[in-house]
Amino acid sequence: MHYLAEAATEAYEAARATVARFVGADPRGVVFTKNATEALNLLAYSLARRSLGPGDILLSTQMEHHANLVPWQLVQPDAGFELRHVPVRPGGTLDLDAFEAVVATGRVRLFTVTGASNVVGTINPVRELAARVRAANPEAVVVVDGAQLVPQVPTDLLDLGADFLVFTGHKLYGPTGIGVLAGRPELLEAMPPFLGGGEMIANVTLEGATFNEVPYKFEAGTPMIAEAVGLAAAIDYVNGIGMGAVRAHEVALLGAAIPALEAVDGVTVHGPHDPAARCAVVSFSVEGLHPHDIGTIMDREGVAVRAGHHCAKPLVRALGSAATTRASFAVYNTLDEVDALVAALAATRRFFDR
Amino acid sequence: MAALDDLYQEIILDHYRTPRHRSATLDPHDVHVHHSNPLCGDELDLRLRVGDDGQGRPTVAAVAYDGDGCSISMASASVMSEAVTGRTLADADDVAEAFRLMMHGEGVKREEDLGDGVAFTGVAKFPVRVKCALLGWMALRDAIRTYDEGAREHRVTHE
Ligand SMILES: Cc1ncc(COP(=O)(O)O)c(C=O)c1O
Repeated sequence: MHYLAEAATEAYEAARATVARFVGADPRGVVFTKNATEALNLLAYSLARRSLGPGDILLSTQMEHHANLVPWQLVQPDAGFELRHVPVRPGGTLDLDAFEAVVATGRVRLFTVTGASNVVGTINPVRELAARVRAANPEAVVVVDGAQLVPQVPTDLLDLGADFLVFTGHKLYGPTGIGVLAGRPELLEAMPPFLGGGEMIANVTLEGATFNEVPYKFEAGTPMIAEAVGLAAAIDYVNGIGMGAVRAHEVALLGAAIPALEAVDGVTVHGPHDPAARCAVVSFSVEGLHPHDIGTIMDREGVAVRAGHHCAKPLVRALGSAATTRASFAVYNTLDEVDALVAALAATRRFFDR
Repeated sequence: MAALDDLYQEIILDHYRTPRHRSATLDPHDVHVHHSNPLCGDELDLRLRVGDDGQGRPTVAAVAYDGDGCSISMASASVMSEAVTGRTLADADDVAEAFRLMMHGEGVKREEDLGDGVAFTGVAKFPVRVKCALLGWMALRDAIRTYDEGAREHRVTHE
């Protein structure tokens, strides 16, 4: 019990408090994970696999990142629940009639949905969806993938009506190797541990172990101390700007970018066109041009865009393609950079048309 | 940084804009393979009609490819189709091996026979695009192998 160890523990716990305040959670319900993916796997193994069974429906959506699809698929055979997905409509929004049809069965025990799509940008009406799921089944648990939402839109766990919210450090101007599972402590208390090892135990004998209290029960092994402290520094940074201002800035960038991109010959922007309805990732397709070619040429024009399926294959398929090109804006981007993006895309078009 | 013109040589763009042998059907055909790369979403169908060179050796009598992919993969399939049509299967396989070696920076063998394929040397400077250039040629070799094994259809997913 020396000074340096105590200072590290203190910094780590201060980071937890910062995260908790940032999303309106109880610090006892804030579990540090490696990333959003690990947080969702934790829920799949410690919650879905244990408390859902035959007759229950686990409802996800076609809009999800693979991180919010595959973990549930992995535990489904063991648990025997029915895995259903809300389809996406051509405009890149959830099919609410299909959602209602599944929810009306009263059998949805776990509903998991992305707060904002990492491909089409759509911000989902999480509060309304969560309320509807609970009305149909008071036992239902609502999970929100906040990987895109939390960095871009002021987010409050209670306000969302979610039981669990997950997000990831590297999308919040923080380091890689740190993610967050924020949720209701009493639900975490009722769940068995995910990973076993040091830190998560109260007592260990050769025959068995008793477990530490939450959130430590879910933090096996030496924690990501540096990464958690780094994440807290990133949160201090965005708090300094104000999440409201971050959001307003990104809406302004979207307002400029969407019409300007669509003014380039053959360009279709996916997802809602109203900036208020979406977050600041903009996926587009260009008639006759493949995303990988677009990505390569735009990179040479000095603009970094991502080409591919963006780890959301079922969604990209629903848009009618195998891949899209995606530009992502952050708080440090400027309107001049929107112009540079559009100019680079126009140059790409000319390159292949010449 | 390698220059863009190395990647997108005029010959490559020409095959992309004006593909040769591109068709979703080949009637009749003896073997059909489907190759896909889930990572980048590329899909390629390749059909071969097998003939005879008069000395009992099977030949590539006709080739047709169709697919969905970037300019490099589609242009490469077009170039490949031109380069191997009329060759014996064994010889076509050898040309494909020469193309593979070239893409891995191991020198240019059979330069004449590669035809427009030599334009892809610059792609070797863009490691992430090498697999795009190889897709059509890998499909060809797989089609030859599939035919040799007496089968008509084969599907391959590249990781
Ligand atoms: C919507 C969404 N969910 C989940 C993830 C997974 O995040 P990570 O890979 O950091 O776990 C991402 C980002 O990659 C994302 O955009």
